Amino acid sequence: MSVLTENTATPGKPLAQRINWVKLAPWLYTIGLFLAWELLVIVLQTPPTILPAPSRVFQAIVQYWSPIWKNSLQTLYTTTVGFAIAVVAGLAIGLFIGWSKAIYAGLYPLMIGFNAIPKVALVPILVIWFGIGAVPAILTAFLISFFPIVVNVATGLATIEPETEDVLRALGAKKLDIMLKVGIPRSMPYFFGSLKVAITLAFVGSVVSETVASNYGLGNMMSSAQSQFNVPLVFAGLLMLAVEGIAMYALMAWIEMRMTGWAHRSTMSQ
Amino acid sequence: MTHLVSIDNVDMRYGGAAGTLAVSGLTMKVGKGEFAAVVGPSGCGKSTLMKLVTGLHIPQSGVVVVAEKQVTKPVSIVGMAFQNPTMLPWRTTLDNILLPLEIVERHRHRLRANKKEYVEKAEHLLETVGLKGFGSKFPWQLSGGMQQRANLCRALIHEPELLMLDEPFGALDAFTREELWCVIRDLHAAQGVTIILVTHDLREATFLADRIFVMSARPGKVLKEHAVPFARPRDLEVMYEKAFNDMVHELHGEIASARVVA
Repeated sequence: MSVLTENTATPGKPLAQRINWVKLAPWLYTIGLFLAWELLVIVLQTPPTILPAPSRVFQAIVQYWSPIWKNSLQTLYTTTVGFAIAVVAGLAIGLFIGWSKAIYAGLYPLMIGFNAIPKVALVPILVIWFGIGAVPAILTAFLISFFPIVVNVATGLATIEPETEDVLRALGAKKLDIMLKVGIPRSMPYFFGSLKVAITLAFVGSVVSETVASNYGLGNMMSSAQSQFNVPLVFAGLLMLAVEGIAMYALMAWIEMRMTGWAHRSTMSQ
Repeated sequence: MTHLVSIDNVDMRYGGAAGTLAVSGLTMKVGKGEFAAVVGPSGCGKSTLMKLVTGLHIPQSGVVVVAEKQVTKPVSIVGMAFQNPTMLPWRTTLDNILLPLEIVERHRHRLRANKKEYVEKAEHLLETVGLKGFGSKFPWQLSGGMQQRANLCRALIHEPELLMLDEPFGALDAFTREELWCVIRDLHAAQGVTIILVTHDLREATFLADRIFVMSARPGKVLKEHAVPFARPRDLEVMYEKAFNDMVHELHGEIASARVVA
């Protein structure tokens, strides 16, 4: 699309018309947010222990780069491992409960009840079982992110058109045939769509657990920074989390487009 | 004439002993190679009829015999097409048409080794229905009429002895519908397949069928059976003859009174 814009733009046009504003918009809005934040701090003269200006936060990132980098990698690691387990387990459980109406009816209330439990309340239990460190963080990330995957996969399977099923069953198709030929491909857009939700939730899980029960990770770094009133470092941690979240979300969105392009035909045909 | 489909005094009730009785005392025989149409007021159990013949439902009483075998499980000698084309959007039109071959027992083990032969057959079918060269397109790139043509190809690819059509042209505009009538007429003439067409359109039934069954309101049974006298091959012009209109008129009267009784 961008290639097309560049080709069609004649060199004689003024600069403002040659810029692809839609592509530029995310960057402009982000810069705008930081500028507004900076201005707010200057106008209200808030002390850095309450709300540090973004310039002060960036300064903190440079200053504490080594711990920030290590802890960011740690958080990314626990999150992705927890997320990966959630993908495998979520897909498996989703297919399992989408398989039959009885399993669906039996497990669904349990799943909802389980999902309603605040995961932060589970962290102490996980600590009792596994001690503090990476394992509770990975498990919390997994527990919080697998529910949307299960629900979406099961929904995809449960919404097969009855006519399609009739056509195939009349030909002698077994349940497994219908699942392989129709159910699973059909639920893939739901599955990949849910990954975007799940990955951001996984960050919530891992950081909550690191904050409460770990000696590593951004969660731990922010809670120790807070106890030392190093508020710019807390904000630096938040910023790093936001960056990691956006990067992983973009990765999931890209995978979604690659794998299930047929489900996004309206955007493809443009 | 030997009967390919024979339904004898069949009752079918949904949802247990107290459920709705969909058809009751249904008796119907369709000969091999015949084109039968089933018409009737809405809710007369036409869809139930489809499911009984294909073995998706097993009746509580009475006997359904297809190809000299009593139906106790899905019979794989049928092809089905519904009003909704139900093409799978992640497969190309050609792969959609090949789908039944991946299911039917007698083809699924041969498919991989004989792919070329099957693809040729599918492309020949596509040509027959006027979709030559559209095999590589995805279903959502085709119009409604084209999807329904592809749907017919999918119903025919495994060379079924019996083709069950449930209002296949219901959602199409009048001109496309007439075109597809001719397509299905020619397929029937060329392949000698037995067809049962369930429809609301009396002109469609009269134009296409050899025999028309008029069903009563629920619980459905056959009220009347008509042999359609017009010689084959029929041209669309036949619809403007007086005898044709009289027949449609008569059918209309019968269904109207069946509705009143209900």
